[in-house]
Amino acid sequence: MKTRIHSMESMGTVDGPGIRFIVFFQGCVMGCKFCHNRDTWDKHAGVETSIDDIMNQIQKGLPFFKGNHGGVTASGGEPLIHAAFIEELFKRCKALGITTALDTSGCVELTEEVKAALRQTDYVLLDIKHMVDEKHKILTGRHNDLVFKFADYIKTLTLDIWIRHVVVPTYTTDIEDVEKLSLYIASLGKNVKRIDILPYHTMGIYKWDELGFDYPLIELSPPSEAVLAEIKHILEKHNKNVYL
Amino acid sequence: MEMKKEWESFKAGNWCENIDVRDFIQSNYTVYEGDGSFLAPATKKTLDLFEQVKKLQEAELKKGGMLDLDVKHPSSLTSHGAGYIDKTLEEIVGLQTDAPFKRAIMPKGGWRTVEKACEAYGYKMDETVRDFFANYRKTHNDGVFDVYDSEIKKARKSGVITGLPDGYGRGRIIGDYRRVALYGVDKLIEDKKFQKSSIETEEFSEENIRLQEEIAEQIRALEGLKAMANFYGFDIGRPAATAKEAIQWLYFGYLGATKDQDGAATSIGRTSTFLDVYIQRDLQNGLITEEIAQEYIDHFVMKLRMIRFLRTPDYNELFSGDPVWVTESIAGIGEDGRPLVSKTSFRILHTLYNLGPAPEPNLTVLWSTELPKAFKDFCSQVSIDTSSIQYENDDVMRPHWGDDYAIACCVSAMRVGKQMQFFGARCNLAKALLYAINGGRDEMSGEQVGPKMSPITSEYLDYDEVVAKFDTFIGWLAKTYVRALNKIHYMHDKYAYESLQMSLHDRDILRTMACGIAGLSIVADSLSAIKYAKVKVVRDETGLATDYIIEGDFPKFGNADERVDSIAHDTVIKFMNEIKTHKTYRDSMPTQSVLTITSNVVYGKKTGNTPDGRRKGEPFAPGANPMHGRDSHGAVNAAVSLSKVPYEHSLDGISWTFSIVPKALGKSEDERTTNLSGFIDGYFSMKGHHINVNVFNREMLLDAMDHPELYPQLTIRVSGYAVNFIKLTKAQQMDVVNRTFHERLGG
Repeated sequence: MKTRIHSMESMGTVDGPGIRFIVFFQGCVMGCKFCHNRDTWDKHAGVETSIDDIMNQIQKGLPFFKGNHGGVTASGGEPLIHAAFIEELFKRCKALGITTALDTSGCVELTEEVKAALRQTDYVLLDIKHMVDEKHKILTGRHNDLVFKFADYIKTLTLDIWIRHVVVPTYTTDIEDVEKLSLYIASLGKNVKRIDILPYHTMGIYKWDELGFDYPLIELSPPSEAVLAEIKHILEKHNKNVYL
Repeated sequence: MEMKKEWESFKAGNWCENIDVRDFIQSNYTVYEGDGSFLAPATKKTLDLFEQVKKLQEAELKKGGMLDLDVKHPSSLTSHGAGYIDKTLEEIVGLQTDAPFKRAIMPKGGWRTVEKACEAYGYKMDETVRDFFANYRKTHNDGVFDVYDSEIKKARKSGVITGLPDGYGRGRIIGDYRRVALYGVDKLIEDKKFQKSSIETEEFSEENIRLQEEIAEQIRALEGLKAMANFYGFDIGRPAATAKEAIQWLYFGYLGATKDQDGAATSIGRTSTFLDVYIQRDLQNGLITEEIAQEYIDHFVMKLRMIRFLRTPDYNELFSGDPVWVTESIAGIGEDGRPLVSKTSFRILHTLYNLGPAPEPNLTVLWSTELPKAFKDFCSQVSIDTSSIQYENDDVMRPHWGDDYAIACCVSAMRVGKQMQFFGARCNLAKALLYAINGGRDEMSGEQVGPKMSPITSEYLDYDEVVAKFDTFIGWLAKTYVRALNKIHYMHDKYAYESLQMSLHDRDILRTMACGIAGLSIVADSLSAIKYAKVKVVRDETGLATDYIIEGDFPKFGNADERVDSIAHDTVIKFMNEIKTHKTYRDSMPTQSVLTITSNVVYGKKTGNTPDGRRKGEPFAPGANPMHGRDSHGAVNAAVSLSKVPYEHSLDGISWTFSIVPKALGKSEDERTTNLSGFIDGYFSMKGHHINVNVFNREMLLDAMDHPELYPQLTIRVSGYAVNFIKLTKAQQMDVVNRTFHERLGG
């Protein structure tokens, strides 16, 4: 089986537990204004890669991934566009004794293929962009109904959920919206093990430039410490293990 | 031997009958598997004393790196009376001369070097002393130059062989300073006298007479050591009776070594778990508290941070920041499977908090995947906070060296008191590759340095042709190199024998001939470029290849790519095999290291454009590192490539200097600690040998370059040792800044 991969990184430590091999899949379903991986959007770009190619790479560094629940993380882009591929990849990773993590927007239909991939997944890193649909649409170009359906589904499975949320000044910093998010995450139940607050940063702008696209948030600065602390505080009102 | 009163409550064993420190440790030490929560902060006495030391250090730095120099009295065990920082505060005493940071001259290695070093700091070597060594007492340096041949001189001048210890003390000898504490000097003298008498009746041979003379020198040195301690009011003829005495006796042994010799690397050995036996006994007997135990260790470490040697400017250019390599080897696993981790393993690392980060002593953790998790995580935490620790793989070294070896200098393992090495600096393999292309002509000067062979004349380099010629040239290089080392060490033994350090060794020891190579990643990448891309040669009007144009891409070392990693692997084995074909002085066992220390910058300056795309004058990567910025697939893949360099063909060590930004280790402090431990475990379970861990952001280094006064204690790990960042030359600082910082965070 082959699919299009943007790149691979042999040492990830912030996309799931332990040391992780990160596969960045090519193609995305959203069009987030703040995207720091703009070069992963085009589903025809990237390099055609087989599961064997990826497994070969993982095998080389296997002792690093074995400890502390480390393993592989499928990221992107939107990895679930490649659900069948991921199912097979994760199966083979689990056979090696390493954990599997899926870094997704959740903005996908719950097809049989997606469900099959989720059955091989130990950690879903679910990136909830916005609670309010019209604001979600402005920020990402898509409605958020699929995200909630996805979340409702995975809360019933045997896997850990790590919620991630990007703090984009003015777009996601309305206190009421954050309060809603906090309550919503709490409603997802015991599968949620932690929340990562991801401050918006400008390190991916050069990729927009390189591709010849205008960067939509050109005037925007990263959030202040105070704003982040407040958001952390709100999320902690209803949830445990909030990391900044 | 009867149980002496100083040994009360120790468990007896072979160590009571024979000089056997390992047996003493194994019979008596207490494994500690807990965490660092028992540790005590610095006492007021420690802080007051350290304040004075810091002031002196500042004054030293202000005066251009040298506070004071005695140009009149060549250093010896008894050349200077007692010296103190503040007698009322010092728990552990002893200075190299009669005043803190006052350096002494050691002309036995070479009087010209001393004269040059004095002048560089605005001093003048005493006339009488100069006259004495120039006319009446031949030095090591004079001996070597009497026998150097023109080929060696040319190779030395061009920089294809660099840093040879032909004008300074070779170092890398570790006296078993623990013996001073455990047995007392009288017993050691008695033992040496017995050793001497044991060989006096043998048939005549030069070896035998040399050994007799050496033992006589050793006995004299031990007597000198006793006299030196006597200046401070201590009788170290008897064994140490308390923890404080054990540290003091051991330190006197080490101090004596630094008064007797200015060896390039003067490492202290593996002392912390040994000392722990004494500390544990005193704690149990209620003689001391944890605060006092830590105070002793803090004061001991403070003294180790104050050791200084007089060096020349070109030495500093090679090994910047005044390094002594007071390497202390910590932890490891015993042959019976018990970790050699004691509370004092923690205490000595804790000095990095109590006294702040520092390059010395060169704290080296002998890491095994089997070490207790609490200790591993403690080490990782200290690394993240201070960037002052290096790690070496006990699991790959123990099968070769047992469980009582220590690291000399950076990465050289040796059984303490049973083994020494003939330090051989290193040769420049990248330059050898250029010689192969140019038929032995130097690419910078155009001179014929290597044997005159036909140069490669084709427009594009052909892999098989280059490899065949390279094989010939590394054969020549190995032969010239080993010949130089044989001459150097013959003369060093003759004119600058390390009698005190050797008195703390057994009679019969293993000697290694420690060769070394620089430029491994350049050679690997160059050959890879020639094989997988097309490399076009640019020649000057004399036909000398001076530049290379690479067409296409090629695999680069540091990315877990077998195609190039195998070239690095094969190159190491090839050169080792070449070295092994030559007879070595005193039948020493040939070994090699892949280590540059900070000399990678100087090697770069002396080497022209290379076929991997590196420009003339650009620094080499340090040690076995991938070239700067070429390891672009993450830290794990870099580690995988490094682990392919085979330790069994590079028994003197393989150095990897690793830099990572804190965020790239994980989000929370706990995750960063666990992930760093996991990373070292991963690397070492793949048989990687050594890793220097730096955890900081590049921006901080740039800021420290602009505002050095704000970063007096900023310590960074370079190949095999640590250094005060602000003491590096500008070129070396830029080299560190330009290295690969693993900083990608993933998605």
